[in-house]
Amino acid sequence: MIYDVLVEVRLRAGIADPAGATIERALPSLGYDGVAAVTVGKTVRFTIEARDEVDAKIRSEELCVSFLTNPVIEDATLSVTPVDGVSGLDA
Amino acid sequence: MTTTVGVVVFPGTNCEMDALVAVEHIGGTGRLLWHADDDLAGVDAVILPGGFAHGDYLRPGAIARFSPMMAAVVSFASDGGPVVGICNGFQILTEVGLLPGALQKNQGLKFLCKPTLLRVESTDSVITAQTSVGVELLVPINHFEGNYTCDSETLTRLRDEDRIVLRYVDNPNGSVDDIAGVCNEGRNVVGLMPHPERACDELLGSADGAILVRSLLNAV
Repeated sequence: MIYDVLVEVRLRAGIADPAGATIERALPSLGYDGVAAVTVGKTVRFTIEARDEVDAKIRSEELCVSFLTNPVIEDATLSVTPVDGVSGLDA
Repeated sequence: MTTTVGVVVFPGTNCEMDALVAVEHIGGTGRLLWHADDDLAGVDAVILPGGFAHGDYLRPGAIARFSPMMAAVVSFASDGGPVVGICNGFQILTEVGLLPGALQKNQGLKFLCKPTLLRVESTDSVITAQTSVGVELLVPINHFEGNYTCDSETLTRLRDEDRIVLRYVDNPNGSVDDIAGVCNEGRNVVGLMPHPERACDELLGSADGAILVRSLLNAV
């Protein structure tokens, strides 16, 4: 089965986020009040061939830790969905 | 016999000739090493120079870390061989795990390219052995992601083990504890954001970097 994987990479809590802070500081002058907690990260999308959804998740998580993120400063969340829209676990 | 220093070139590296010329200017022999090869060709020391290895895609150093030459560099370093990462080379050394911590975007989100004053904090490393603690050196920086960070336990260990080799006199990028360069436990691997190879002759505005390159040549 082929799965779509969406990885959201974020800076870990406590790591300075100068891009997020700069955007947040600019918002009031653009007329956007009340917007807070701005953080900037990145997304990575790919497809992966796997036995089932669990296998796809495990291998994608390995890929995140070993390559897509630097665990010293970054965290990631993953979402895995079958390309045909049917859950691999249920198929 | 002169010391032969291998300078590793990745796609996107752009400071290899600066490093090579600096090594030869100080009296060593420089040899370029291609990242896709896996043999250090018998060099006595290794420099990972500045630039944008693999375009800095994903993160600086993230892809360079998987180059075959890096396996050879890690093995060389494990055997005590002198390895210095300058700028992008420092980022690669943290990504490959030879040095702790990480380099994130500069605090002010500006690309910084200017001379900076560094203070030597330890002479127990392959690039500072011929200097003295407290000596100030004028060496340029040229980076966007040079803001050194690590967790508090790592920082405590770096301090306790005298592994902070160089500090900025006037912190330009937000690096924790003004760190400009650190070394590994064996003190044979050093990473620094400033470019000593660009400060090896008064014609370049400063010759203060020469003592660091000379220390490396004599570390062998």
